[in-house]
Amino acid sequence: MPAIATNGLTRKFGDLVAVDHINLKIEEGELFGLLGPNGAGKTTFIHMLSTVLPPTEGTAKVAGFDIRKTPDAVRTAIGIVFQDPSLDNRLTGRENLDFHGRMYGLTKEQRDKRINKVLELVGLRDRADSFVETYSSGMRRRLEMARGLMHRPKILFLDEPTLGLDPQTRRSIWEYIQTLNKTENVTVILTTHYMEEADYLCDRVGIIDHGKIIALDEPETLKDKLKGDIVSLKVQQPEKYIGIFQKNKFVGEVKVVEDLLHLRVSNGEKLTPKLMELIRKRGGRVQAVSLRRPTLEDVFILHTGRAIREEEVKPSETRWRMMARTRR
Amino acid sequence: MTGQAIYVLWLRDMKWFLRARARVISWIVTPFLWLAIIGIGLNAAFARPDFNYLEFMAPGIVGMTLLFASTMSGISVIWDKQFGFMKEILVAPVSRIHIMLGKVLGGATIAILQGVLLLLAIGLFEVIGLIDIRTPGVIQLLQIFVFMVLISLSFVSVGLAFASKIEDPVAFPVVINFFIMPIFFTSGAIFPVGKIPGYLQTTLPGWLSSLTRINPLTYGIDGLRRAICPEYAQFSVWLDFGAILVFSLAMILLGGYLFRKISA
Repeated sequence: MPAIATNGLTRKFGDLVAVDHINLKIEEGELFGLLGPNGAGKTTFIHMLSTVLPPTEGTAKVAGFDIRKTPDAVRTAIGIVFQDPSLDNRLTGRENLDFHGRMYGLTKEQRDKRINKVLELVGLRDRADSFVETYSSGMRRRLEMARGLMHRPKILFLDEPTLGLDPQTRRSIWEYIQTLNKTENVTVILTTHYMEEADYLCDRVGIIDHGKIIALDEPETLKDKLKGDIVSLKVQQPEKYIGIFQKNKFVGEVKVVEDLLHLRVSNGEKLTPKLMELIRKRGGRVQAVSLRRPTLEDVFILHTGRAIREEEVKPSETRWRMMARTRR
Repeated sequence: MTGQAIYVLWLRDMKWFLRARARVISWIVTPFLWLAIIGIGLNAAFARPDFNYLEFMAPGIVGMTLLFASTMSGISVIWDKQFGFMKEILVAPVSRIHIMLGKVLGGATIAILQGVLLLLAIGLFEVIGLIDIRTPGVIQLLQIFVFMVLISLSFVSVGLAFASKIEDPVAFPVVINFFIMPIFFTSGAIFPVGKIPGYLQTTLPGWLSSLTRINPLTYGIDGLRRAICPEYAQFSVWLDFGAILVFSLAMILLGGYLFRKISA
């Protein structure tokens, strides 16, 4: 039995289709990542699977239970760490966990035992009796993760688990997630718009854009599909050079993102000086150059023609997201 | 399992209340000021040989305190939505009705606690001789308690009904004030809604009299008044009890209905 199986799962907010007929299977024990820009539908997708939000169309089975017909059974089987904070700051860490344990019907003994265990797991034991108000954002995130695990869920949803955290805390959260997945055998579904997070952590990645899954595989396989290296050249008016590189037999693919010219080539080290020479002959000047192995970002660019990061600054997208949020 | 969920929601409200010291103090002091300043001041203006205004008003201020504290308790739901904690509550395997019941009991307990403190203040007024009411027996105390519970349950449910529809913590008190002020003014808390045999022979104009008669809090306060100083009460205790009981059940159902569709 798969941990999650969605069937034409769809959610609309007015005219905006946030999640568009997604069919996806996630196996038990998987560490699955949903990668995409903000506003791609990741959170809406997770909210439907965790029964926080009803689907407009389609349905899904989570841990074998239908999210529409038996939401309470789904809720018992899952844990979730929301993207936005969801702790009670006026309670202590331990009280937040105790609240959770009681809401999930744990006995006093079970609560005491598991509270200590999950606090240990996320390294918050010595701060357990301080008010959450006094916690740093990394500690809050870890407490939320501990809380999500208290009732021993089969499936744990993590919505942008490291959003806004410093690199060091991010590393340690990654470690917790891996430990959970491997030693506690919890199926983990996380969303992220950090490609290195999906790349480093996940067994399998689904790339989502405009509510649709546009690529789905292991991170290595996804990157291997982009044969070769990526040379990025920073030039003024990069569009001018698309033509000459498209004609060049060594260049596999040409994409322009803002003032960057991305070229896919098979032997980057040798070819880069020649590519720069071509631009100079046309009277252009290369301001910066980078050569690298493809990342999941390049996979995203290949499928959409846009970078994940540029999405964040588009004002129209921001407005959509806010509208989606208020309607939620 | 569900009993435990109701209990922990109640417990959280208690912790919140007891930890917010400034709020606790203001909630105790405000009704006391009503009694000590408005009550004594108006008594100086309107007292007659056989009518002690402070005695008349004391049960009304208990009712007012219950009305304000109960309805305003809905704000905790708004803050939970604002700070995201509502998502944690709603994603738990607990039905919306039980969540609502936990919130109702929490809000009602806090309101009743304030009502009890005010009763103690009234006792203090009696001791220092500002008022002269009879010492309540067990029956009267029980009656006071029952009416306090019914008034609180009613208006906590009203507050939750509003809270399930409002997202903005600034808008909530504004909307609630718009609702509770007319209820308070026409409830007989601060002026008699009818003649008081042997004391007052005034009558209200017809429209105002009608408003007081359709106001459920009128009966709640009259029930309290019958237990505290029966000579100023208007209606039979059974009419008072029946009216506020029906109202509280209706409001719990309405609140439960609206709360079912709440979203984080």
